[in-house]
Amino acid sequence: MAELIKHFFNQISSPVMMFTLGTGLLFLFLSFPGQLTAPKVAGPLGILVVAFFIFGLTDEHFKMIITTPDNVPIVMMLFIMLYFTWYAMRKATVNDMRMAEGKGPLEKEESEQKVLVFPYLIFIEFVVALFYSIMLVVWSLALKAPLEDPANPSISPNPSKAPWYFLGLQELLVYFDPWIAGVLLPTLIIIGLCAIPYLDRSPKGSGYYSYQQRRVWISGFLFCFWMLWIVLIVLGTFLRGPNWNFFGPFEVWNVHKVVPLLNVNLSEFVFIKWLGWGLPSQWYLRELPGILLVLAYLLIPPAMAAKTFCKKAFQEMGAVRYAVAAFLLLMVIAVPIKMYLRWAFNLKYLVAIPEFFFNI
Amino acid sequence: MKKFELPKINFEEIKKSVTQGQIWKSIFRHGYKTDDRDRALTVLTNVFFHLHPVKVRKSGARFGFTWCAGGLSFFVFLTLVVSGILLMFYYRPTVEYAYTDIVALREHVPFGIMRELHRWGAHAMVITVWLHMLRVFMTGSYKPPREFNWVIGVLLLVLTMLLSFTGYLLPWDQLAIWAITVGSNMARATPFLGYEGPGASLLSIGDIQLIHAGDDARFALLGGRFVGAATLLRFYILHCVAIPVVVVILMAVHFWRIRKDGGISGPL
Repeated sequence: MAELIKHFFNQISSPVMMFTLGTGLLFLFLSFPGQLTAPKVAGPLGILVVAFFIFGLTDEHFKMIITTPDNVPIVMMLFIMLYFTWYAMRKATVNDMRMAEGKGPLEKEESEQKVLVFPYLIFIEFVVALFYSIMLVVWSLALKAPLEDPANPSISPNPSKAPWYFLGLQELLVYFDPWIAGVLLPTLIIIGLCAIPYLDRSPKGSGYYSYQQRRVWISGFLFCFWMLWIVLIVLGTFLRGPNWNFFGPFEVWNVHKVVPLLNVNLSEFVFIKWLGWGLPSQWYLRELPGILLVLAYLLIPPAMAAKTFCKKAFQEMGAVRYAVAAFLLLMVIAVPIKMYLRWAFNLKYLVAIPEFFFNI
Repeated sequence: MKKFELPKINFEEIKKSVTQGQIWKSIFRHGYKTDDRDRALTVLTNVFFHLHPVKVRKSGARFGFTWCAGGLSFFVFLTLVVSGILLMFYYRPTVEYAYTDIVALREHVPFGIMRELHRWGAHAMVITVWLHMLRVFMTGSYKPPREFNWVIGVLLLVLTMLLSFTGYLLPWDQLAIWAITVGSNMARATPFLGYEGPGASLLSIGDIQLIHAGDDARFALLGGRFVGAATLLRFYILHCVAIPVVVVILMAVHFWRIRKDGGISGPL
C-alpha cells in the first residue's frame, strides 16, 4: 500500500505532471474561490498536505531531502506561502461577498478611525519580533548550519546547485539557454514587477483584500508567483538529482540514471522531417521559420487582441502601456509554452544560431 | 521561639528610587502612560518609535491586514546586522583562513549559534520579504500614490537575494563555491557583455575580440576567471559593506515614503 502511494507520488511529481496539475489546481481555486477557500474545504486540504509530509518522513530518502539543513527553510516557506495565499484569498472572498451585498470591504469600517501607534501597533510589532526571535533561537539550536569539505575547485559536486531561491531559474536552464534563464528572465522579472503599478491603474481594490475587482491581475500574479517561481524552486531543490535528472520524492538519487536526450531543433523539424530538403547551410535561411514564428508570436496576438477582446484595455491603457503589458505577458506565457514543447515534442530550440550564441 | 521572618523589602520604594533617579529619567522621558497626549509623546520623543506616525488607520494596525511582514523583514535585517558584525570579528576573508575560521566558530565556541542565527535568519529574511510582497500585492497597496514605493520594494527584494547570495560564498566550503560557480556562470551569457552571450562575438575590432573570458561580465563579478581568492574578497565586501549600505539607504526611503504616501494603505 505504502509502496503504491509512493509510486503514485513519484509519477505525479514529474515536471510535466506537477506543472500541469499545479496550474489546474491554481485555476480551479481561482475559479471557485467562494467555495474552495471556505475553511471547511481548505482546512481538510491543508491537513492532507501536512499528512503527506508526515507520511513522507517515513521514507528514508524523502526524509533525507526535506531535513537537509538548507532545505528546511524551503519546506517552511512552502507551508507559509500556502497558508497566506489561502488567507489572502479568503479575506478577499469575504470582502467580495460583502461588496456584492452593497456593503464596503471589511477594512472600510475601520479605515476612518485612527488608533495610537503606541501601544496598539508597537505591541503587535513587539510580539511578532519576540515570536520570531524565539523561533530563530530554537531553529538555530536544533539545526547546525551546514559546512561541507573545504572548497576544492577541482571536484565539482553532482548535482551542483545554486542557492535555493535561485533554483527556479536554474530549473529553467533545462528549457532555456543561460542567456535567457540566467539573464533575460531575471531582468524581465525585475522590470515586470516594477512595471505593475504603472500598468494596473484601476483604482479599484486599492488598500483592501479583494478578488473579483482584480481577477486578471491577481490570477496572473499568483500564476507567476506559484507556478513560475515557487513550484520551480521546489522542483529544482527536491526533485532534481545527479546530472539534473528528475527523481520522484520517494526515488533514490541514482548517479547512473540514464535519460535519453533526443532534443531536436525546430529547423530540423521543418527542413528534414517535413520538407525533406536537408538543412540549409546559411544560418538565416535555416532559422527563418523559427525567427518568423517568434516574431509572429510577439506581434500578431497583441495586435489582434487590441482590435477584439482587449479593445477596451487598449483604449484605456494607450499604445505604449498596452505594448509593454502585452510583451511582458507574452514572455510569461512563453516560459510554459517552451516547457510544454519540450515535453511534448522534445523541441530543443525554436531559433538556434550557435554562431552568435543566440538560441531561443 | 521567635518566628523567623524574612526581611521586608519595600519594592515600591526601590522602584521609586530607581525610576525617580537622574539616570533612569535621563533615558526614559516618560513612564507607561495611559492618556493620549503622553502616548503620542512616547512615539514623538523616541528616535526608534518615531519611524511610525503617531496615529495609524485602525484597519492598518491589524495583524490580519499587514501580517507584519514588512516590519518583520526590517527586524530580521537588524538581527542579521548584529549577528553579522559579531561574525566579522572572527572571520578573515582569505582563501587561507576563511574555512578554518568557520570551523573554529563551530568547534571552539561553547553553545555557539551565531553562525546559525545568521544563516537561518538570512533564509528567513528572503521568506519574509516575499511574504511582504505577496501581502502588498493582494491588498492592491501598490496602486497610486504608492507606485514608486513598490518599485523601491522590488529593488529591496532583489538586494535581499543578492545579500544572501554573496553571503553564501563566505564559508568557503564545497557548497559555497559551487553554488556561486553555478550562479555566476550565468553572467558569462549576458548579451554582449558575457563572452558566451549572444552578440558578444560581434563586438570586435578586426580580429581582436573585445569581450573574452578575461574581461567580461563574469570576470568583473568574480575578479578572475574562476571563483577564487579575489572573488572571496569581492563578495565579502559586497556582503558586509556595499550592499548593506545601499539597502539601508533604500529602506530609509521606503519607510519615509510609506508616511509621505499616506501611511499603511486602506480603502479610500
